[in-house]
Amino acid sequence: MTNNLRAPLSPEILPHGLDGLLVRFSLSPDPQAMAAARRLAADLSERPPAGAVEIAPALVSCLLRFDPARITPRLEADLLARARAALADAAPPKPRRRWTLPTAFGGAEGPELAPIARQLGLTPQQAVAQICDTDLAVLAIGFAPGQPYLGLLPEGWNLPRLPELVPEVPAGAVVVALRQIVIFGNPSPTGWRQVGRMAFRSFWPDRASPMPLAPGDAIRLAPAPADRIAALRAEPDGMGGAVCETLP
Amino acid sequence: MTSLILRAVSGLLSVQDMGRPGHLARGLSRGGAMDRLALIEAAALLASPTPLPAIEMAGAGGHFQAEAPLWLALTGAPMRATLDGRPVPWHATLLLRPGEVLTIGPAEQGMLGYLTPAGGIAGPDWLGSRSAHLSIGIGAPLAAGAVLPCGPDPAPQRRPRLIRPLPRFGGGTLRMIDGPQTALFAPEERAAFLAATFRRAPRSNRQAIALDGPRPFQAEGARQLAKGLASDVIGPGDVQMTGDGVPTVLMAECQTIGGYPRIGTILPDDLPRLAQTPPGSVVRFQHLTLAQARAVHRSEETLLREARARTGPLIRDPSTMPDLLTYSLISGVVRGDEAD
Repeated sequence: MTNNLRAPLSPEILPHGLDGLLVRFSLSPDPQAMAAARRLAADLSERPPAGAVEIAPALVSCLLRFDPARITPRLEADLLARARAALADAAPPKPRRRWTLPTAFGGAEGPELAPIARQLGLTPQQAVAQICDTDLAVLAIGFAPGQPYLGLLPEGWNLPRLPELVPEVPAGAVVVALRQIVIFGNPSPTGWRQVGRMAFRSFWPDRASPMPLAPGDAIRLAPAPADRIAALRAEPDGMGGAVCETLP
Repeated sequence: MTSLILRAVSGLLSVQDMGRPGHLARGLSRGGAMDRLALIEAAALLASPTPLPAIEMAGAGGHFQAEAPLWLALTGAPMRATLDGRPVPWHATLLLRPGEVLTIGPAEQGMLGYLTPAGGIAGPDWLGSRSAHLSIGIGAPLAAGAVLPCGPDPAPQRRPRLIRPLPRFGGGTLRMIDGPQTALFAPEERAAFLAATFRRAPRSNRQAIALDGPRPFQAEGARQLAKGLASDVIGPGDVQMTGDGVPTVLMAECQTIGGYPRIGTILPDDLPRLAQTPPGSVVRFQHLTLAQARAVHRSEETLLREARARTGPLIRDPSTMPDLLTYSLISGVVRGDEAD
């Protein structure tokens, strides 16, 4: 028994501008808070409170934007009760659909795979298997339209960001840090470590669904040879061989 | 239906309307006009029930022609405007006839002028808006030679009108409320921020405006988090402190999630003032409680109703007024809702 047990999480309801309330479970990226935020976002999306105009989940919080003329005086108390229920619920959040995204790992497509595997005491194949065996979820979408933060990878993947930014990784780069994966929609500088690349584009303005991923979606990465990913990149829809299943 | 032809471009021009709200969960901010009030004032001048897609002109305008007679409104930052060389009033409507050249020069005050055709800029939209969202490659800055289709004018027999704009073109006080991360800043840091004088820095775009202040401002509470500060939902008006403690105000095309600590949020009512503040001009912050902010806030519907009441007929033909630019354009303004 030590004295530095983590204080129990307690959700806060905070004003966010004149037409928003932020439900925040933690200031830091705590896994328990992330799970609670996903459960709350799913609950609010299924049963939006009166006056809700937009529900926007983030990593450890969820924003509710509302029409001030249509809310009830109980809104804050209701949100707090639902936030506490989301925190108390031990069941994993239930996604409504799952994407399988073909990804080429290692080599030129993932120069950081081998060094990370060494750091984790794994072979590159074992490292890829750990990524691809993990039931990932879209924790949040941000930094750019449609661009997902996926998580969480096993504990061992709690890798720090690089001390220096990599000047540019290509569109479709699959990068890891902090037990999370980001898939870059466009060429970007990053402090995260590139382990793979996919042909899926999370933002494609001319597609019927320009930003197809939604917070809470389940994600599996599926290993694919680099030449297949290169061929998928030539497809005109930017979907990169992605498969989306509706879950029961 | 007519078209507006850009013969020359001298500022950064883009098509903007009120943006595309509702996509925060997918990582897309609302975007739209930086000075939303300028589109509201244009709607009031043109007797439009809602704001219309317009051309936002940053810094300066360009040379415009119309294929058929075209009523338009000139709002936002007053720019030096001439019709075939004759000065024309800003904050007013104007009839541009085929063959005439409307020349819009540099801003005389403020930063962003708006040209709104009476039927709006027509053409394809994306996710329900015609706004260019330059930071993500939706639309692009307008170039010389562009031909912009305009929607039909519902009242082509209209008479010229003037509006008395809400003053906002030279900096001033920005009212702010606390946000979800304000408590990360120590009370003395917040007090110092509110007491400080800032100047708009030259580095700014449609995503954010940086401010030069007396010193950096730090969120001590964020530094003390052993596991760091999680990225959270951000929005226009949020005042974030970048890594070196420089206050940066998020604007129309900001990202939707960010990791820098935010000291508070500027009321939407005062974002047009910041958008129109020229580099080097002074802004200060005034703290309001949420209740005070709700009491002074005007919805955009209310702003449009109030703007209509600040319009009136432009009685004299401006081409016969050689001293137009010194003329008092606000005398004789009537309530906008009475019959002409």
